[in-house]
Amino acid sequence: MSPQPEAARQILEVEGIGVSLSGRQILDNVSFSVRAGEFTGLIGSNGAGKTTLLRVILGLERPSAGRVLVLGAPRGRRNRSMGYVPQKIMLDPDMPLRARDLVALGIDGTRFGIPLPSRQRREAVDEMLHAVDAEGFADARVGTLSGGEQQRVLIAHALIGRPQLLLLDEPLANLDLKSGQEVVTLLDRIADEQQIAVLLSAHEMNPLLPVMDRIVYLAGGRAASGTTDEVVRDDVLSALYGYEVHVHTLHGRILVVAGPMEQPGLPSDPTLRVI
Amino acid sequence: MRWLFESGFFASHPVHVACLVGSIVAVVSGVVGVFTVMRGQSFAGHSLADVATAGGSGAFLVGISPLFGFVAGGVVGAGAMEAIGVRRARGRDLATGIVLGASIGLAALFLYLSTTESSTTGASQQILFGSIFSTVSSTVPVVAIFSVLCLGIMALVYRPLLLSSVSTDMAAARGVPVRVVALLYMVALALAVGLSSLAIGAILSTALLIGPAAIALRLTKRIGWAMMAASLSGVVAVLAGVLLAYDSYYWSPSHASWPVSFFIVVIVFLGYLATELPFVSTAVTRQRRPATSDASEAHR
Repeated sequence: MSPQPEAARQILEVEGIGVSLSGRQILDNVSFSVRAGEFTGLIGSNGAGKTTLLRVILGLERPSAGRVLVLGAPRGRRNRSMGYVPQKIMLDPDMPLRARDLVALGIDGTRFGIPLPSRQRREAVDEMLHAVDAEGFADARVGTLSGGEQQRVLIAHALIGRPQLLLLDEPLANLDLKSGQEVVTLLDRIADEQQIAVLLSAHEMNPLLPVMDRIVYLAGGRAASGTTDEVVRDDVLSALYGYEVHVHTLHGRILVVAGPMEQPGLPSDPTLRVI
Repeated sequence: MRWLFESGFFASHPVHVACLVGSIVAVVSGVVGVFTVMRGQSFAGHSLADVATAGGSGAFLVGISPLFGFVAGGVVGAGAMEAIGVRRARGRDLATGIVLGASIGLAALFLYLSTTESSTTGASQQILFGSIFSTVSSTVPVVAIFSVLCLGIMALVYRPLLLSSVSTDMAAARGVPVRVVALLYMVALALAVGLSSLAIGAILSTALLIGPAAIALRLTKRIGWAMMAASLSGVVAVLAGVLLAYDSYYWSPSHASWPVSFFIVVIVFLGYLATELPFVSTAVTRQRRPATSDASEAHR
């Protein structure tokens, strides 16, 4: 949350990324950058291309145009500087994998061979479980945990490799409001304490407003980025969507509404669409 | 104990070979089976067994040890499934079904030719339902080599495989060569199915692969322990099966031994049922309070 010095290190630079899948343009000339210690929200409705963009950054999808620089270099397949928390993992409650086992896989899960028991490793896992408040269910099977608990274990898994950039794909989508708020607060604290950059995708920006340093707003495959004040404005978003939209602020919450401006207050026309 | 161990059990050479081969196979099946159950690939395991049937019956027809046929068939099948079923689960399902149908057809032809041309009547019984008592001593080293190879692959890919079993994307994002790991695992699975086919027959081989693993997953929440528990319950089932089959010779006046595979499969099945007993299952599953913060889970 604290304002970053102008010279903060560029962790991630996305330059003119375009992706088309079977003739359809998913992303078109998307550019933005993320600096150390910043919390960036990647906001867009379903189908706006958030997951595709994250997959391009992770190297799971090849862009048809543009490039991604991580720490100033084109990313290789093996990039330890990025931690990734996927949208959803399907784990059977019967799967014999405890929360602490999943966190431990964050240290050496990519290595071949059988791990030897190591005290140092166990301590690192305990420390990370403590950092995400997951000690209470450290020995439970991951498949039996609630959505919010799983999310925290996955965050610990991603963080234990000491990444400089943490990518999260819709971490709030499966959570109730309270668990979502807890995850957001946790991420904000971690970004601050460890000076890592957080890039989090969500279809709803309001839960992120208190912690978001920058926003990348995706609509129709194109992106606008900057601070919330710079991006979430009538002119910027109307240009992005390609039709007229209006930004309303109600009790500190932001509503983006399509259609011509009505009188101030709640929209009276039932055909108006809240985006 | 005389009533349990019929005379000559401990002195019989076929019994020695059967116990040795059966135990090795049970350990391999237990280790691989835990991953098979965990990854939800029981059906793939069963399909590999069908492909192995074609290989095994082909080997029988040309007069070499069915084990080579089982393993060769399984490995080729694993490669084919992995190659055809790229990416999407639906494609994988379809590819598996197609490979499976073709191989059972081949097996039908080979078994038919074996019975008609060389008038060997035991072909179907031996290939499909196993014949651990007729395993010759010279097969033991081959069983050992395939087992070491299979366990070696599992040890090699253990961590990346575990990571990709949790999430392929997560593993791929961290640089795990997910397709290579999946292929290696399929080869290990093919080896395990081949070995298991030798012990209890191609049709029943999945019982030894899936059953003990399913029992183990009920009993422990740690993967290493699950592998040990699966191996151990497999060994117990095999040894008890061999003993009962040997004893069954004396059960009826006509002195016809019942098949070993029948006993092994029944013991595995009973073991699985036992883990369903209330006091067994609650001991493990009562490890967690019900989820509290998941009210919105139903939305998606």
